[in-house]
Amino acid sequence: MLHETRPAEPLSGVRDTLSACMQCGTCSASCPNAAFMDMTPRKLWRLAQLGMLDEIERSEAFWLCSSCYTCTLRCPRGLPLTQVMAEIKRVVAVHGGRTGRRHGNFYRLFLNNVEKYGRVQESTLMTCYLAAMGSPSLALSFAPVGLKLAAKGKMHPPHSAMKGTLKPLFAKVREMEARS
Amino acid sequence: MNYAYYPGCSLTASAVEYDLSTRLVLEHLGEQLTEIEDWTCCGASAVEPVSRLLTRALPARNLALALAQGGKDTQVLAPCSACYLNLLRVNREAVSDVASRAELNEALSSEALAYAGEVRVRHLLDVLLNDIGVERIGEKVVNPLEGIRIAPYYGCQILRPYPVFDDAEHPVSMESLLQAMDATVHEWGLGGRCCGASLMATNQAAALASVRGLLEAAQGADAIATVCPMCQMNLEAYQSRALDGSSARKLSILYLPQLLALSFGLESKQAGIHRNLAVSSDFLTRCKQRVSAVA
Ligand code: SF4
Ligand code: SF4
Repeated sequence: MLHETRPAEPLSGVRDTLSACMQCGTCSASCPNAAFMDMTPRKLWRLAQLGMLDEIERSEAFWLCSSCYTCTLRCPRGLPLTQVMAEIKRVVAVHGGRTGRRHGNFYRLFLNNVEKYGRVQESTLMTCYLAAMGSPSLALSFAPVGLKLAAKGKMHPPHSAMKGTLKPLFAKVREMEARS
Repeated sequence: MNYAYYPGCSLTASAVEYDLSTRLVLEHLGEQLTEIEDWTCCGASAVEPVSRLLTRALPARNLALALAQGGKDTQVLAPCSACYLNLLRVNREAVSDVASRAELNEALSSEALAYAGEVRVRHLLDVLLNDIGVERIGEKVVNPLEGIRIAPYYGCQILRPYPVFDDAEHPVSMESLLQAMDATVHEWGLGGRCCGASLMATNQAAALASVRGLLEAAQGADAIATVCPMCQMNLEAYQSRALDGSSARKLSILYLPQLLALSFGLESKQAGIHRNLAVSSDFLTRCKQRVSAVA
């Protein structure tokens, strides 16, 4: 049928944005985290252009984007690449499998923390994150820093002064996002 | 001038000394800060991977409050670079286009707030350099930091993607301020290189490599001056881990307004320097000796 609606293509937004990419590689050469990525940003754009969500999901490259905006600044085509990285994280966290959700943990917990307390409560956020990742070695790797912060009086139970302030805004945004 | 002050979440917790020193130094320079009432989180860079609308609505809420409390043309001052970028992005992207402005205002209507780009967003460094100026700062320096070598570190989001007040590839805005304090500028070319940001939580190996690269390039300096709580935290709290197996020396890491406070002869405790994680006592003694020499 001609007018049959096709299932939503989760990467379509990213594809449109990246259509002008000429694969020059300036982004990859500029990326401070490229050495830790399993594929370069340039290659990732190629897969996204081709709508290969499965391939993208097998990579962890985009989780290594630290939002430094160097690629965005230097791309000769002026593409908003940092924003694209965030969008890929979003697509994979929603449409991807378990790994996607696990990687999205930090961001999701951050947002929960903001929704609940209004202002981020760093100590509580880190505790929740380490608990959610369920990795004792990860938790241990943060212990020395936690102790340093505690010694400077920087670890504390959550402040509740702004608790609940953001509930109406979050509820509204949820309603709007469900509509679109 | 009177600024609507947006401290942001970090400045109420791990970066409390950035808050203390910003308030201290601006007051000493005769500026006024009025904290935005009921401000909430700007979303940092952790919300964009989850919700596009919240990425704009969270900071816009704070600008709408600043507008409601201070009126049109209010200048919002943010010392944290992530907050600064989020707030600035609302002005640059979200209110310029009719559809996204309407979307944003629908979200804000949940609290009877409205915003259409009426207030200005400024980073602390921009205000120090362009509103207050090197001359007025120099006049307050009673304890010149002569012989102290400082590497100016800008990080990412203060000038990228919006290079409002300096060159994004080769930033220099901190240099004249350091010179006004009589400090020596450590030339290093990595001032705008990423510190790893929140990868320190999600992929530590990558973030530690970034921190190590910065610390190694800053060798020869006595300290690194920062203008962002994330940069400060990554450089100060993870130094030993990052330098594991390296012959590089540890460095003192301070917020720019803390260095200004020292050069103004203000109490280091008032500037919260005792709450930093990496300031060597030797460094502090060298900075302070000058105070007694002057007194
Ligand atoms: S710098 Fe821009 S045009 Fe070049 S490969 Fe990267 S995204 Fe494509
Ligand atoms: S914004 Fe992300 S992808 Fe781009 S250079 Fe920085 S870390 Fe790499």
